Amino acid sequence: MQDLLPGDMLRFRRIEDVFRTCCRNWGYQEVRTPTLEYLYLFTATGTLTPGMLSKVYSFLDWDGWSGERVVLRPDGTIPVARLYSDNLTGQELARLFYVTNIFAFEGTGKENRERWQCGAEFFGGAKFAPDVEIILLAEEVISRLGISNVGLQLSHAGLVKALLKELKLSPGEEAKMTNRLLEGNWQALTRAKSTNPEIDRLIAALLGLKGKSSSFLHNVKASFPKASQDFKSSLEDLINITTLLDNLGCSYKIDIAAIHGFEYYTGICFQFLAAGEKIGGGGRYDNLVPLMNGEDIPACGFALYVDPIMKLLLLEEGKKGESEILVKGKELTPEIAETCFIVAESLRDAGYPAELDFTGRKESNYRWVVLVSGKEPSPFVITDCIQKRRRDAASMAEIIKVVSEG
Amino acid sequence: MKDYQDGYIKLALPKGRFLSPTASLLAEIGLGFQDYSDKTKQYRLRSAKFPTLSAKILQEKDISIQVAVGNYDLGICGLDWIEEFLAKYPAGALVKISSLNYGEGDIHVVASAEAGIANLNELSAGRSYRIVSEYPNLAEALALNLRMRRFRIFPVWGAAEAYPPENADLAVLWGKSGADIVTQGLIPLKKLLPVTAFLVANRESLENKDLSQILMCFSSKLTAEPQTSIENELDIYEKLKVSRPLWQAKEINLALPDGHQQAPTSQFLKQAGLALQGYSEEVSNRRPSADLDWLGIKVVRPQDMPLQVANSNFDLAITGEDWLREHLYRFPSSPVKKLFALGFGTVKIVAAVSQEMPVADIDELRSLVQSSKFAPLKVASEYINIADKYLRDNHINPYKLIPTWGASEAFLPEDADMLIDNAQTGKTLEQHKLKIIDVLFRSSACLIANKDSLASSDKKEKMEFLTQKLRAGLL
Repeated sequence: MQDLLPGDMLRFRRIEDVFRTCCRNWGYQEVRTPTLEYLYLFTATGTLTPGMLSKVYSFLDWDGWSGERVVLRPDGTIPVARLYSDNLTGQELARLFYVTNIFAFEGTGKENRERWQCGAEFFGGAKFAPDVEIILLAEEVISRLGISNVGLQLSHAGLVKALLKELKLSPGEEAKMTNRLLEGNWQALTRAKSTNPEIDRLIAALLGLKGKSSSFLHNVKASFPKASQDFKSSLEDLINITTLLDNLGCSYKIDIAAIHGFEYYTGICFQFLAAGEKIGGGGRYDNLVPLMNGEDIPACGFALYVDPIMKLLLLEEGKKGESEILVKGKELTPEIAETCFIVAESLRDAGYPAELDFTGRKESNYRWVVLVSGKEPSPFVITDCIQKRRRDAASMAEIIKVVSEG
Repeated sequence: MKDYQDGYIKLALPKGRFLSPTASLLAEIGLGFQDYSDKTKQYRLRSAKFPTLSAKILQEKDISIQVAVGNYDLGICGLDWIEEFLAKYPAGALVKISSLNYGEGDIHVVASAEAGIANLNELSAGRSYRIVSEYPNLAEALALNLRMRRFRIFPVWGAAEAYPPENADLAVLWGKSGADIVTQGLIPLKKLLPVTAFLVANRESLENKDLSQILMCFSSKLTAEPQTSIENELDIYEKLKVSRPLWQAKEINLALPDGHQQAPTSQFLKQAGLALQGYSEEVSNRRPSADLDWLGIKVVRPQDMPLQVANSNFDLAITGEDWLREHLYRFPSSPVKKLFALGFGTVKIVAAVSQEMPVADIDELRSLVQSSKFAPLKVASEYINIADKYLRDNHINPYKLIPTWGASEAFLPEDADMLIDNAQTGKTLEQHKLKIIDVLFRSSACLIANKDSLASSDKKEKMEFLTQKLRAGLL
C-alpha cells in the first residue's frame, strides 16, 4: 500500500495528461468501469490463470448469501471488454481508453497491491493494421513522456499455441504447460520433448533466436516448410505486422519467450521495457468478447504501467511554483486578511494561480510575492523573486499590470 | 513478538478424532501428558518430563491458525485443516514437519448423482456449479485450478454430504473410501488428500527457537515406516454402482438440526404431532421422512440453516436465534425471517473475560482498552458477526477477532482477552476462571422461514398448515 505525495501526483498527472492527449488525437474515447466487479466475470472466460485468480481480493457482497462473490478489479482489459459487450456492440468499431487501478494480493510486502494502468482497447478491428496502431500509439505516449532507451519486444500467442499443439500433449498436460508458460517458465517447453525432431528443432530455433526485422520471420518460414497450418498462419500474421513496423521505422526485437501473462491473447503480444523494467504491454485478444456474449468481435489493446513509469519520469525540482504568486498579509488583522482574499481572487480571475499565506513563514519557490500592508497610499509591495526587485503598488490594476509584464 | 529467551515451548494438541491416537503416540515417544484424554475437563496441560513444555487442547480447525499466528510453536492436526489454511495463505508461517502416519480416509471431490458429471475435466465447461464444503478454501482452489467458468461456494459447518443433489452439484468432503462415498449416493471424482495427522510448526519458532528436544522425541516416529500405509486402492469408481438416493423434489422443504439440538427438536415435533421416521436418536439419517408426502426433510447443522433458507434451499428450518442473528448481521437484506421461538435450547450469549482482568462491565473494559493496556483487544468467538457488531456498538477500539469453532474458553487468557460465546449456566466459564461481564441476548430454538416462500401462492397454504402444526407443539 502506498501514498502518492504531491511530487508523485505531479508525475502521475503528467503521465495521464500525455496519455489522454495522445489517445484523443488518435480518436479513442475515455471510459471508466467500476472498482467492484463480480468474480465470475474473471472466471467466466477461462482466460486468467488459477495463479492469478488466487491473488484477487474477493469477498461476499452484502447480499452475498447466494454465494456470489465480488472482487476488486484485478485486471484492466476484461472489465472494458465487458463494458463494450454490455453497451457498445452496436458500434462497428470502438476505440476506448481508461486510466484505472487494479488490485492483486502480494504476500511479500515488497510490491504494491494497488497498481495504476493507462490502457487503450480497439474493438472491432481485425488484424493487422490495428495491432500496429496500438503499438505506435503506446510508443508515442512513451516518447512524449521523454523516456529514452525503451525496448519493444514482440511475441505471438498464436505461434506459441500452435507450437504447443504440435507437442501433442494430453488435454491435462497441455493446460499445465500453458499455465507454466503464462508464468514465464519457458524451459518447460524445451524440456517437453516431442516425438517429432522437426518440432524440437523449431522450438529450439524460436526460443534461441531473437530477430530484429521481418526478415528473421521469413527465414523461419523458409527453414520449416513442414510446420502446421496454424503455425504458418500465425507466422504470416506476425510477418505482416513486423513488415509494417519496419516500413514505419519502428524498431523491436522478436523474442517469443520474453512475454508471460499473455493469458487472453490470441495473436501478437508485445511489451515495452525501460531501465530493466516492464513499463507496458498488450496484444490481440480475439476470443474475449465472443466468450462473453458470443459475438465474433476481434480486439486488441495495451496498457502502460504508471508505477514504474513514474520512477523514470524526471521532473525538474522546484518547478512547482514557477508561475505562482504568493499573497501574504503583513499582520493578521481582519481587514488585511479580507484584502488578501480579494487580491488573490482578482489574480486568479485574471488567470494567475495565487496562494494565500498568513503564517509569516519564509516564502520560497514563488514567482511573485504580494505583501499586503494595508497602509495608504501604496498598500501593496510586490517582490519579483527572480529579478530580486521590489516595488510598491497602489491598486489591484497595478499589481496585475506588473505581473503581466513579467 | 515472542520472547525466545524464556525457553518455553507451546504445543497445540487436537480434540476429537485424533485425540486418542495422538495421546498414545505422545506416551510412546515419552512426551505423554497426564490429562490428555477424552475425559479431561482441562484445556491446559503441563509435561511431567519437560518442565518448559506446555500444551493446550484445541479444536483441530483452530490449530493450524494458532500455530501460524505464533501462539503455539508446534501443533498436531489433520492434513485437511493444514491444507485448508495453506490454500488461502500459502505464504503464512505454517510449516509442515512430517506426517505422523495415523488417520483415516481422504478428502474427496464428489459429484451429485443427478449432476451428470463423470469426471473432473467436464467441470471447465460453461455451466454454473454449486459447491458445498467444510473446506471452502480447498474448494475454491479446486474450482480455480479446474478453470471452472462459474461457481458458487457454500461453506458449511458440517453435513456436506446431505446437500447434493438438490442443494449442491459438487462437494469437497471427508470419506473413508470411494466405496463409502458411493453408499451415500455420491460419485467420487478425485481424492484431494489423505487425512493423516501431521506435526506442524510455526516458521519463526523453527528458525529462532530451540525445539530440538521435543522434535527429537518425534524423530523415531518421523523415520519409521508408515504404520498405516495410505490406502493404495486404485478406486476404480466406474465399477462402483452409485445407487441414487430416493428423492424427488418436494413442495415444501424443512431443515432440522443435528447435534445437541436434535433430541429436544425430536421431542418438540412429537408434541406437535408431526410423526417422523429417521429422526430419533436410535435411528437417525440425513433424510427423515414424514407422513406428509409434500414435505421434504433434511438434517443439517443449525449454523448453516439461515444461509440455506436465504437461498431457498429450505422453506423452513429449526435453528437457534443466535445463528439467525449471526446471519442477519452479515446479510441485513436476507429474505430470512423468524416466525416464533420454540421454547427449548435456551442459552445466553455472553461476553466474558478472565477473572483476573480488573473490569466489571463493558464500560470499564472500554476504558482499559483505551488506556492501551489491552490494545488491540483480542476477542475469540464462534459468532464473528455478532461479536463484530457488539464491539463496534460498544466503541471498543482497537480489537482483533479470533474466529473459533466452539469452546472459545480454551483461548483465554493466553491467546485471547475476551470471548463472546453461548453459556447455559455459566458453570463452564467459572471452571475456567472466567467471568461474564455482559449478556448480549438470550437465544433459544426458533422456526425460521424464507419470506418469498411465505408469500408464494404455490406454497402459502402448505407453509401455513405446517407452521400451525408446529405452533401447536408450543404447549
